[in-house]
Amino acid sequence: MPDTITLQVARYRPESESAPTLQEYEVPLREEWAVLDGLNYVKDHLDGTLSFRWSCRMGICGSCGMTVNGDPALTCGTFLTDYAPGPVRVEPLANFPVIRDLVVEIDDFLHKLPEVKPWLVRDDDGGVDDVEFLQTPEQLDAYKQYSMCINCMLCYSACPVYGIEPDFLGPAAIALAQRYNLAPATSAHQRLDVLATDAGVWACTYVGECTRACPKGVDPAGAIQRYKLTAAARTLLPWGKR
Amino acid sequence: MTYHQPVPLLWWTRRRSYVVFVLRELSSVAVAWFVVHFLLLVTAVHRGPGAYQEFLDWSARPLILVVNLVALAFVVLHAVTWFNLAPKALVVRVQGQQVPPRMIAAGHFGAWFVVSAIVAWVLVVML
Repeated sequence: MPDTITLQVARYRPESESAPTLQEYEVPLREEWAVLDGLNYVKDHLDGTLSFRWSCRMGICGSCGMTVNGDPALTCGTFLTDYAPGPVRVEPLANFPVIRDLVVEIDDFLHKLPEVKPWLVRDDDGGVDDVEFLQTPEQLDAYKQYSMCINCMLCYSACPVYGIEPDFLGPAAIALAQRYNLAPATSAHQRLDVLATDAGVWACTYVGECTRACPKGVDPAGAIQRYKLTAAARTLLPWGKR
Repeated sequence: MTYHQPVPLLWWTRRRSYVVFVLRELSSVAVAWFVVHFLLLVTAVHRGPGAYQEFLDWSARPLILVVNLVALAFVVLHAVTWFNLAPKALVVRVQGQQVPPRMIAAGHFGAWFVVSAIVAWVLVVML
């Protein structure tokens, strides 16, 4: 195994550049180093001006999503040795505006997320504070995988529909809506107005890349297709409306 | 100022799943073509034996045959990808147990096969 590997890192300095360029850095190739470790080596030893987001280094915070050799990935869970002898191309997440270097603007996702009301919504006014809602293990199984979403937005980066139609609500937001739709304590129909729309589930044409990109095993593509059935039943069948 | 990453014209060639997705979208044109072809057939039958024979001769032209074969390939792709998608949309529980996704897909393909067999039987035996 060689001692070093080349990182080709996308740089975008809006004060002096109109478009990103690739800059090469030689970093140590160590068995236990993830791409994020390589970037931190660049930041600490080679070029302190490189900008990128990261926090937990263990696939929980969802901050370090980038495009590694063309694929959306969490750079903390993507190992340099898997790309040896290199080079490894590191670019910002696709489909998002770039603020600087590897940092993308996530405002669009942050505005869309609350639209699907990702919390318990009930028809009665009793609220959720004073009541205990029981659920069976089967009911938990029905939605548990969707609750694993860490909002890393890799699925948005992998989704060509989102790239072409930025109004699309997107995989993670719909998967999280489905997480609360399927929870026994909530009223699923309250999200119908947002989900059963052109920009909601009907924008999805089932490419399936969101599910493949997800580092947490969530299946947003499945959530969307499932909700299409729910939406069709609720809007087309006479007894579906409530 | 933020930089908006452009979507290249050939973005769909980057991944096999993107290619399949674009081909599946294109298959709607093939479906529309078969509808038009069928309507032309109905019109020809309505006009009488002469028009029907004319339609058959026109349909037997090499160009139309090639168009129909290509359209058939697209429609088969459409059907296969649609049935493969079915287990994603349908989560069926029997006696508390989730029916395996493969069984859901197999049920759809099985039903497709049975209907095709019935249609073939009607065409070959009944007519």
